[in-house]
Amino acid sequence: MSAKFETRDIVVPGDLLYEGRIRTGDNTFRSEGNVYSNKVGLVNYSNDRVSVIALEGTYSPLVGDLVVGMVTDLELGQWVVDISTPTDAILTINDAVNKSYRTSFDMTTVLDVGDVVVAKIVDFDRRRTPILSIVGRDLGKVYEGFIMKITPSKIPRLIGKKGSMINMILRQTRCQITIGQNGRILINGRNREDEELVVKVIHKIEKEAHTSGLTNRVQEYLRTIKEDRN
Amino acid sequence: MSKKTKKKTTKRKTSKKKWVRVDGRKPDELRPIHIESGVIPNADGSAYIEMGRNKIVAGVYGPREMHPKRFSKPNTGILRCRYHMAPFSVDPRRSPAPSRRDQEIGMVMTDAIEPALFLERYPRSVIDVFVEIIEADGGTRCASINAAAVAIADAGIPMKDLVSSCAAGKYEGNVILDLGDYEDKKGESDVPVAYLPKNDQVTLLQMEGIMTQEETEKCIELAIEGCKQIYEIQKEALKKKYGMVEGAEETEKAPEEEKPVEEAEEE
Amino acid sequence: MSNSIVSRLKRKKIVDVVATGKRMDGRELLQYRDWEIKTNFLAKSAGSAEVKLGKTHVVVGVKIGIGHPFEDTPDAGVMMVNAEYTPVAHPTWEPGPPPKDAIELARVVDRGLRAAEIINMDKLGLVSGEKVQLIFVDLYVLNYDGNLIDACSAGALAALTTTEAPEFNVSKKGEIEKTDKTERLKLRAHPLAVTVCKIGDSLFVDPTFDEDEVMDGRITVTVDENGNLNAIQKRGPVGFTLDEIKKCINIALEKAAEIRALVLAGE
Repeated sequence: MSAKFETRDIVVPGDLLYEGRIRTGDNTFRSEGNVYSNKVGLVNYSNDRVSVIALEGTYSPLVGDLVVGMVTDLELGQWVVDISTPTDAILTINDAVNKSYRTSFDMTTVLDVGDVVVAKIVDFDRRRTPILSIVGRDLGKVYEGFIMKITPSKIPRLIGKKGSMINMILRQTRCQITIGQNGRILINGRNREDEELVVKVIHKIEKEAHTSGLTNRVQEYLRTIKEDRN
Repeated sequence: MSKKTKKKTTKRKTSKKKWVRVDGRKPDELRPIHIESGVIPNADGSAYIEMGRNKIVAGVYGPREMHPKRFSKPNTGILRCRYHMAPFSVDPRRSPAPSRRDQEIGMVMTDAIEPALFLERYPRSVIDVFVEIIEADGGTRCASINAAAVAIADAGIPMKDLVSSCAAGKYEGNVILDLGDYEDKKGESDVPVAYLPKNDQVTLLQMEGIMTQEETEKCIELAIEGCKQIYEIQKEALKKKYGMVEGAEETEKAPEEEKPVEEAEEE
Repeated sequence: MSNSIVSRLKRKKIVDVVATGKRMDGRELLQYRDWEIKTNFLAKSAGSAEVKLGKTHVVVGVKIGIGHPFEDTPDAGVMMVNAEYTPVAHPTWEPGPPPKDAIELARVVDRGLRAAEIINMDKLGLVSGEKVQLIFVDLYVLNYDGNLIDACSAGALAALTTTEAPEFNVSKKGEIEKTDKTERLKLRAHPLAVTVCKIGDSLFVDPTFDEDEVMDGRITVTVDENGNLNAIQKRGPVGFTLDEIKKCINIALEKAAEIRALVLAGE
């Protein structure tokens, strides 16, 4: 066997994962004919590739990602938006406003510094700056709710297979939850109790993201807390 | 007995066979090491290390936008390491203002760690590593690098390898590993080394004292052996954070959420 | 009260939630987060304390040295309180000299200790007009999540109550020798700072980082164990009514007693 670990073993940067040829997946790199991990995470061997599911990590933006961010600056014809990427994102007027506008247009009537937005990454410029758009359904300035931040690598766990985890949470708490791929989650509930429950559940998922059987445990957790309430 | 041991009249003068260090360690024995990752909630990654009586915290922020922009590089990211000592970390108290020594150590630390990173993935960005010495007892730059490497991995920043660091030196004529403060101040030489075990590369090398070429090379070899031991401790510290959770089984796979990727680069 | 951009959404949410008498993390308005206080863990310092208040994390070191007295008090020792905002503690904190907030923090903690006459400085003279004992209290912030004043005040008190002061011998020629003997530092009072914050018409204690950014103003009251007020500091670009001020003082007296019990329990 050329695999040096078993699937779901915890590996660290520099660990030799596979001796010989195999396709390299997420968070691995090839060196001198072997494959190594470049992060702390769970190694995964599938039929034709080896990858590492990172347990921590900065957000790696991709076109199509839904993100939640805050406007931090106003420039000529565009806003600068902080979405926790290595360089800040840009939102141009064209990607924010769907109709024509005059050059004397006051940008702050649409978005001002300190505003929170739900946006989509539509492109990267030649300097790898993420380009956003808020034109579209469920995108735009946020007026209500609050933001919770978790490690971006744990977002898939929060969503679950085909949305199983997040749908369960939505059903049980009846809050509006918008999940940004950049680790920022927008929560808006009918009352504080429901909102606090969402926060508790997300904390639990973040802490136990590397284990299995989590969906069932979270379901049980939600059930117990709601029982205690009544 | 060599002339050198006769000159040092302070400590024991037993024969080389029974020679023991001031704290009772063997010549090639490391001080006790304890490393914990994820200790500073606000930081992207962090680590705390105790190496002997050294107590050091490392915090990492990044990759993030570099300010001022004119210092950023268009094609690659920048690593900035800062070494700083708390006023109460040494005796007598020292000023909190950064000294020239602090700045030099920051630079060699950066050189020691940079080869382990993929900086070209983060143009115009910076990775900030801040090391704070809470208590110092010799070999702080080595302990700082050990903590910094764990902190960077804890931040989820991709690395080719961990960086491990250790010093060797000469005290009372004997080549020893991991000098404590006393041995550092009173000894004949100090050779701090940082090492990337996977590629067998030395990324930090300094030397101060009077030694022959052979002694110096022996020190470097011994320091590398110390680095290899520390490497294992660093790995354990990173894994420890993900211990078993009550009620969890290790059977199913995590959900398939991998986004499509291109082939990873050759390193 | 913030020096940087605060999210409008965050401000609105916190203001709405506080108006209902609760906090974002579920606490009551007059409820502190969990305290964790450790003392005497630094071997090279006469006194030390590590305080965790929620996620706020500070280390306080007390060191005793020798130096010149002030001209007008030739026989009195000198106490100096200094605060360092280390760059690991928050993503917006940069390396450099202490910013204004750090200077205020040090001065407010200092004022509380000094006004309460916690240490009899007249007993710290060694050679009249030439040499006196210097007491350094260094406040080192490692993670910032609000309420540094209360955390550092408690840390300073915890460190000072467990400080082992060295004994000095002064020869007839005026030479000073530090002996190996130490003696528990004698304190005449146990002052503690309690900060009461205001958002709209609500008063609350122990702000997190977010609450700190959003609050309209705050009043810090330092009180001793006899119910005396030692120092008051009002900050924020808003006014407080006399009624609100009285409420703040009452809250401070009540909370200081609770916190003091925690601090002194670890003695």
